[in-house]
Amino acid sequence: MIVVDALSKQFGQFQAVDEISFEVQRGEVVGFLGPNGAGKSTTMKMLTCYLPPTSGNAEVNGFSINSQRLQVQEQIGYLPESAPSYNEMQVEEFLSFIGEVRGYTGSELRRRVGRVLELTSLQEARKQIIDTLSKGFRQRTCLAQALIHDPPVLILDEPTDGLDPNQKHEVRELIRRMSEERTILVSTHILEEVEAVCTRALIISEGRLVGLGTPDELLSQSIYRNAITLSVSGVNAETLLEDLNGLEQVYSVERLEDMPNGAITVRVFPKDRESISSELEKFLKKKKMSIEQFFVERGRLDEVFRKLTLGN
Amino acid sequence: MKGLFPIFKRELLAYFRSPVAYVFIIIFLAANAGCTFLLGNFYNSNQASLENSFLFHPWLYLFLIPAVGMRLWAEERRSGTGELLLTLPVRTSVTVFGKFLAGWAFIAVALVLTFPMIITVHFLGFPDNGPIITGYLGSLLMAGAYLAIASFTSALTKNQVISFIISVNICLILVLLGWGVMSEMLNAVFPVWLTDVISQFSFTTHFDAIRRGVVDFRDIVYFLSIIIFMLMTNVVVLESKKGS
Repeated sequence: MIVVDALSKQFGQFQAVDEISFEVQRGEVVGFLGPNGAGKSTTMKMLTCYLPPTSGNAEVNGFSINSQRLQVQEQIGYLPESAPSYNEMQVEEFLSFIGEVRGYTGSELRRRVGRVLELTSLQEARKQIIDTLSKGFRQRTCLAQALIHDPPVLILDEPTDGLDPNQKHEVRELIRRMSEERTILVSTHILEEVEAVCTRALIISEGRLVGLGTPDELLSQSIYRNAITLSVSGVNAETLLEDLNGLEQVYSVERLEDMPNGAITVRVFPKDRESISSELEKFLKKKKMSIEQFFVERGRLDEVFRKLTLGN
Repeated sequence: MKGLFPIFKRELLAYFRSPVAYVFIIIFLAANAGCTFLLGNFYNSNQASLENSFLFHPWLYLFLIPAVGMRLWAEERRSGTGELLLTLPVRTSVTVFGKFLAGWAFIAVALVLTFPMIITVHFLGFPDNGPIITGYLGSLLMAGAYLAIASFTSALTKNQVISFIISVNICLILVLLGWGVMSEMLNAVFPVWLTDVISQFSFTTHFDAIRRGVVDFRDIVYFLSIIIFMLMTNVVVLESKKGS
């Protein structure tokens, strides 16, 4: 597990990370969100002991990043942001190099290289020079490198950056599969990814932690939480709006563009973001309106993200 | 010392996979032969020895070794692989030493390839092999000192050209301090004892004896201490500049 305690990093006058504290338990996949320059990568670099913190501490499986660098790095598999690798090497050779530096030799090394090639579906590229690979393959080569020692802690800086939708799906599956006995911290700015793989998310902005919770908890902060988009035909728009506004549980109603067949479409925002679908359904039945579309939103992460990171 | 050998091996292979390596070796061999025969009065000296060949090594190394060392860290920083390398569980000192050794081994290969010179002197006469062997070992040791300086300047920047220029300048100072012409100029300004002290800091002063076949423990210590000091500085620079 990772325990971060009031970690700060200052570059000259610039406060990149400002007293961040959080924990990531074993078995969790925590998404690390934030706009560019919010301090995600800097925090990850401190956790992997690449950058020394200005103040504060973090422990990785009980080892302090300030005083036990080598032990911390033994625990971690790290995918840096730009997925760097030695361009002049072959994929397999590069992975062997990382394995050797981590202390594996002989058949054990070959077994481990074979396993990570399989995990990241790189078998057919094993003899290719990294320089000749596409961005997606390079990304996976660097990910494979992070897995060679079967690390209990994974720190992945934008692991799906530059991948096509199929490859993104594969990497997310891989992360999910590995999450059971591991502690995983993934930074991303793709919000759908958070809902797809993360058990929890941290949102940081200007070096500070501004949001924290399960994807559902974050979604519940959205103004679209439990909002219902509704299309009905055969009614007068004015009366519909009036009737809906008259309902006790409704906070407001917004008229959207009509459907192509002329059905009137509105979005109903409930009071206190409570679920009102059954009440609304009853009302529509009573009024004998024919429903063309009835869609309940869970909330929108991008809207929550904007709200939290823009500070209003 | 975990990780030393794989780091050394990767770095050495990287040298031979870049065309720069072959360009370096060819220029070094050509310049070495050219200096010996054209500038060194090899035939006129009428001696079957490589003393006059070694005479030019401090000057050849002045440009060639910064070129070998400039990529060591600057390239890692530029391409981002430094972040990968320095987040592996290996002591920074081991990583620095492994990469340094690879560059040194590469220079050793270039030196070995000057063997036709040895054949030539054996063909022309009956040379004393002692000074030849100590000359080569001394030259390699001096090359290590140049390389340690280049490795250090390489860690200062992500731009190889800047690294090259800084290390050439540092090495130039260390070569000039012991050059006869320079000593005379200094003698005109400073007392003799001070000029002597200053020239003790120079590559040339310490290499001269070794070149002539005189192995003095102090000369070896001089070169080794330059290597150790520069590599330690290299480690400090890496640990303080990380990520910036």
